[in-house]
Amino acid sequence: MISPRSPATALVAAAFLTAGCGIYAAGAAPAGAAGTIGDPRAGEQVYAKWCGECHDKGPNHPGTQSLAIKYRGKDIPAALPERTDLPAEAIAYFVRHGVALMPQFRKTEITEAQLRDLSAWLARER
Amino acid sequence: MTLPPGIDQAAFERAIAGFRRAVGEEWVFTSQEDVALYRDAYSPMWNEPDERVASAAVAPADVGEVQAVMRVANDTGLPVYPISTGKNLGYGGSAPTLSGSAVLDLKRMDRVLDIDEANASVLVEPGVSYFDLYRAVRDAGAKLWIDCPDPGWGSPIGNALDRGGGYTRAQFRNHFDAHCGMEVVLPDGALLRTGMGAMPEAKTWQQYKAGFGPWIDGLFSQSNFGVVTKMGFWMMPEPEAALIGRVYADRYEDLPALVRIVTHLENAGIVNGMPGFGSPLLQRRIPADPRSSAPNDSSAVDRSVHDAFYDGDKAARALIAERVRATGSSCWSALVKFYGPERMVRLQWELAKERFAEIPGVRFDEPEIYGFPLSDEELEQVHKPTFGIPSLAIFNFGIRTDLRPEPMVGHQAFSPVIPRTGEAIFEVNKVFAGIFRDEGLPLPPFNLPGCVWERALMMITIFPTTHDEALNTKYRRAIQRLIAEAARRGWGEYRTPVAYYDAVMATYSFGDNALRRFHETIKDALDPNGIVSPGRYGIWPRRNRAGDRA
Repeated sequence: MISPRSPATALVAAAFLTAGCGIYAAGAAPAGAAGTIGDPRAGEQVYAKWCGECHDKGPNHPGTQSLAIKYRGKDIPAALPERTDLPAEAIAYFVRHGVALMPQFRKTEITEAQLRDLSAWLARER
Repeated sequence: MTLPPGIDQAAFERAIAGFRRAVGEEWVFTSQEDVALYRDAYSPMWNEPDERVASAAVAPADVGEVQAVMRVANDTGLPVYPISTGKNLGYGGSAPTLSGSAVLDLKRMDRVLDIDEANASVLVEPGVSYFDLYRAVRDAGAKLWIDCPDPGWGSPIGNALDRGGGYTRAQFRNHFDAHCGMEVVLPDGALLRTGMGAMPEAKTWQQYKAGFGPWIDGLFSQSNFGVVTKMGFWMMPEPEAALIGRVYADRYEDLPALVRIVTHLENAGIVNGMPGFGSPLLQRRIPADPRSSAPNDSSAVDRSVHDAFYDGDKAARALIAERVRATGSSCWSALVKFYGPERMVRLQWELAKERFAEIPGVRFDEPEIYGFPLSDEELEQVHKPTFGIPSLAIFNFGIRTDLRPEPMVGHQAFSPVIPRTGEAIFEVNKVFAGIFRDEGLPLPPFNLPGCVWERALMMITIFPTTHDEALNTKYRRAIQRLIAEAARRGWGEYRTPVAYYDAVMATYSFGDNALRRFHETIKDALDPNGIVSPGRYGIWPRRNRAGDRA
């Protein structure tokens, strides 16, 4: 079996990819895969190590550049740290499946616990 | 789940049980969801039956656990495929060459073991990324630069073993050449140290490369003869300044002289950073231009100008000359970089300009001079690897743009090494254009080479990988033709995606494939059970060789 994508997850992906994540309520509960709550302070470190290089603000950050075009004319920030609408499930999906040139990340890179921390940080109260 | 030839379910299950004993339950991955994380995200065979996929993954934490994994693999016959950080994307990613192999994921071995500022060297484990090393060096307060590839999320060990390249001084940007000493777990589980490391009390493991006797380090690059668990690297002390010089030539026929002069200046040690070539008229920016991390513009260029660059005959040269006059854009540009004390790099630039002056009408920009550390503003604008800083900005080449509403999902590279001459650049472009036309593919922009290696050029053509089987098949066929035609003309690839390992190895066929047979002799001697990365770089163990050519 080659494809890791079951029909169910593929459907979830399609929803995220086509509708964008703005459809989710701000401050969605950062429930992780195991249903536990992550630590936002630890999540900030995970973000800095694995995500910021592509998703911080500025021209040297390709993820942000790409999302700026995707969200042009919409009220959705391109830089991930400015997003307040990302549910844990969406973050987990993109981290574990990748999107465009971003590959999936393995559990030896970002553990399940770190993924929960990352989600908690991205969904923190601001 | 796919298993390799000759491995049944019972043997697989014995191997998994052994791996669990070796590294702990948590670090053996067998579920479909977890194993899928090891797919090559940029596979040119995405979702096709021939896509290379793992059966499992095992992630040791230290050398002892790697040795234990090797014993299990030998006992059960299940091959393992070591990866460092798994970011060799475009050349295979984290997927094995032989489907059904278990990935030996070394990411957890991520310690920077030594930073020696006085010796300008480091000793690292395979799971250390360029970003990890950059942070460790900075945290240690050491004024050392890292020569990074683009992008910088890979591993210094993995990239050196794949013989990748970077951007600073020649002795550092050849990443394998820059290493000094390695530790290797051999397929039988024995632990080997090379160079001075073979002496148990060595004081100079990261200071003298060769040790005593044959220097065998090269055997562990682009191969499958062992699992490298430590490597030392020489680093570049932070210079006082970097000077960027820009040179412009207006005539099409100036390219050979431009290449010859740049090459001489580099070989003579006057230019000591990575040079590059571009074409303002074609809107071809020079790779690794510190002024811009963005890749070439995708804006349209007059088709007739492009065609003229490919043709290069008298009429074409006249057209190009007319366009140069009309637009004020030079036909060619070159970029030369100098690292060192400011007084010295200014003098080097003056000496370089004297050499370039033999090209009629050559022009120069005022040099840019950078001091260190770079300001935050500079860091957001420059090509960071030119200054020893890892980056992912290179991915700007494939993102969503106004002209490309759907971003790329992957890429693969065709990367032949060609002579370092302008004449070779012209010839390669013409030959490859013929193949593109034959294959019904759009003609790419006139290509200018990378200058990573000191005495050769590298003519990289990037093809997309897609999730469309028909398109992937078309690109693969074109690449197979390019490999064969390049070899016929004496241009060989320095590295290739997994899909083309055997095709490229077959082009290095001098003496009735003497080199491949030599590899196989070593493989069979060191790894008689064929358990380390079967097929990697076209080296197959006896049990997987069709008809056993040995």
